[in-house]
Amino acid sequence: MAVKLKDLITKERAMRQGHRMCPGCGAPTVVQQALLAVDDPIVITSATGCLEVSTTIYPYNSWGVPFLHSAFENAGANVSGIEAAYVALKKKGKIKKNIKFVAFGGDGGTYDIGLQALSGAAERGHDFTYICYNNQGYMNTGAQRSSATPIGANTSTAPAGKVIPGKIQKPKDLTAIMAAHHIPYVAQTTIFNPMEVIEKVKRAIETPGPAFVNILAPCVLFWRLEPSMQKEICRLAAETRFWPIYEVINGEWKLSYKPKKYVPAEEFLKPQGRFRHLLKGETGKAVIENFQKEIDEEWQYVLKRCGETWEPQA
Amino acid sequence: MPRKDITSGNWAVAEAMRQINPDVVAAYPITPSTDIPMRFSEFVADGLVDTNLVTVESEHSAISACLAASVSGARVMTASSANGVALMHEIFPIAASYRTPIVFGLVNRCLGAPINIHCDHGDSMAERDSGWIHIYCEDGQEVYDTMIMAVRIAEHKDVLLPAFVCQDGFITSHCFEPVEFLDDEQVTKFIGEREPLLSLLDVDNPVAYGSLALTDYFFEIKRQQVEAMKHVEKVYNDVAADFAKITGRNYPLVDKYKTEDADYIMVIMSSAAGAAKETVDKLREQGHKVGCLRIRLFRPFPASEIVGALKGAKGIAVCDRAASLGAAAPLFTEIKGALYDAGIHIPANTYVYGLGGRDFFPHNAEEAFMDLINNKMSPEERYLGLRE
Repeated sequence: MAVKLKDLITKERAMRQGHRMCPGCGAPTVVQQALLAVDDPIVITSATGCLEVSTTIYPYNSWGVPFLHSAFENAGANVSGIEAAYVALKKKGKIKKNIKFVAFGGDGGTYDIGLQALSGAAERGHDFTYICYNNQGYMNTGAQRSSATPIGANTSTAPAGKVIPGKIQKPKDLTAIMAAHHIPYVAQTTIFNPMEVIEKVKRAIETPGPAFVNILAPCVLFWRLEPSMQKEICRLAAETRFWPIYEVINGEWKLSYKPKKYVPAEEFLKPQGRFRHLLKGETGKAVIENFQKEIDEEWQYVLKRCGETWEPQA
Repeated sequence: MPRKDITSGNWAVAEAMRQINPDVVAAYPITPSTDIPMRFSEFVADGLVDTNLVTVESEHSAISACLAASVSGARVMTASSANGVALMHEIFPIAASYRTPIVFGLVNRCLGAPINIHCDHGDSMAERDSGWIHIYCEDGQEVYDTMIMAVRIAEHKDVLLPAFVCQDGFITSHCFEPVEFLDDEQVTKFIGEREPLLSLLDVDNPVAYGSLALTDYFFEIKRQQVEAMKHVEKVYNDVAADFAKITGRNYPLVDKYKTEDADYIMVIMSSAAGAAKETVDKLREQGHKVGCLRIRLFRPFPASEIVGALKGAKGIAVCDRAASLGAAAPLFTEIKGALYDAGIHIPANTYVYGLGGRDFFPHNAEEAFMDLINNKMSPEERYLGLRE
């Protein structure tokens, strides 16, 4: 049944007011949109990160649903343990309700330090949904580079210096890595169209077995972005094809969004202070050319996996 | 009817786990505790338990899944050793702080390097400040019995703390010896059902585990854990008394072997107490008034029980199967602290023995006793069974 936004407006939110995240932060938008269309009771676990510290400052917390955090690298293992307990206790009749399990992690807790625990949980086939709110760096600790940080970004451990123009390496393709686990549902999206996120996450949660959703969401503070630009920068990420939107359902890749026109990478880079150093000089130009080349190659890869072609309007 | 069988320390743990029938076991194999999850997985495969066995991809995930299952209201158990224990270290204090009554079969093995699979207590001693209960066992029977008692102790509402049940790697874990088992029904009745206080799966009464508590609340939360630890001795004694009623087997906080009238006492833990006690018997035949005090409960540290046992001695030899490089060995430090607090000054020798599985023979114990008898006292750390 199709989800209608107007039916969801009055629904009780899993995460409520009073959190301490920055104005314009993408993480709460991810959480609100992701959980809006879920009908069953949910239990949340989160890796250490901005989302966790900003929503659970003792003795307060913003969660209207059960919430567990224990460490940085183990959200995949925590959700495994919760689900294992649920299965055991339900079999014994100690729990009657159907409950869904959602793990959140930033790109630090997902791409890097938590990848092993996530991979293990996916391989074992627990029934859970893991959502990566991907802001492309260790933002909770001050914008250090992660393996999700794009080429050329100025970060605090890969700074733009006189010799090295920010991060050199391209990000790893975690969505494809998760798809290679051959789990029932994998998706990649971002937060410029609420229905896009709502529907994908609903599908992920309602699919029995492991599901993974990688959601690009800006850290306006360390992307050096106007807070009001949250939605716009995500739209540009999709339009420049920097962040292809697709899902992989039982191994079948499906493209969800095809930009009508060719939009150059600079349009995504320009509003963000973390790329400012690239917009002047020959070195910056070369980095942007490389950035564009990586976008084009990755896009071709996604098109091929999805069995699609792309002919942008002139 | 209780039955007796020849079994290993590891299989004794697995058999206790079968009878306890926990809701969740999350484990990752490591020598010398591998037999525990292996044996237990056979029970799962044969349908002998209802347990949801989570065969995780690392020890870190094992203890993380255990923590999460425990806050979800499940009865949870696991096992590990050495590097596995070290990899879990980050999560141990979190599990204690969330008051998860996980029961853990810890098979002691040294921490490298050099890499070595044999016994010393370096792995669990490194966790002595993690907020877990530590119980050290001498033999397979004690390991089996303690696993069952530990469930009741850990889950008691005045305690609610996770517990390590330690045995010596290979020496106890792989040694086959007679062990008397309870009936399944006796175990079920003895441990009862777990009644979780604040379950994460109670979706109608949501709770948050893992909040950020900074300078304003952290200290108070830690203080509550100190209080929980203070309740352990009483709960332990009550549970041990109940256990003795059905088995006839007594497990006091410390095992006092001929200490009552002893002039010289060896303080030691786990399997090496066997050689120590044999030596006590031999030296007593020669007219020496010697005894052995085996520390069973190490966290919380039963200081007054220990002082009570040692206070009449003329000299003591504290034997540690772990070194604290650059400082006094861990058991020795605790014993000295307990005596100091009691205002008692007894000359004490400190010995480190058995690192990396080096055997501890009766003649090693005799060497330490003879130092006491011959008044060869020194605050310097000495080594038993070492080539120098």
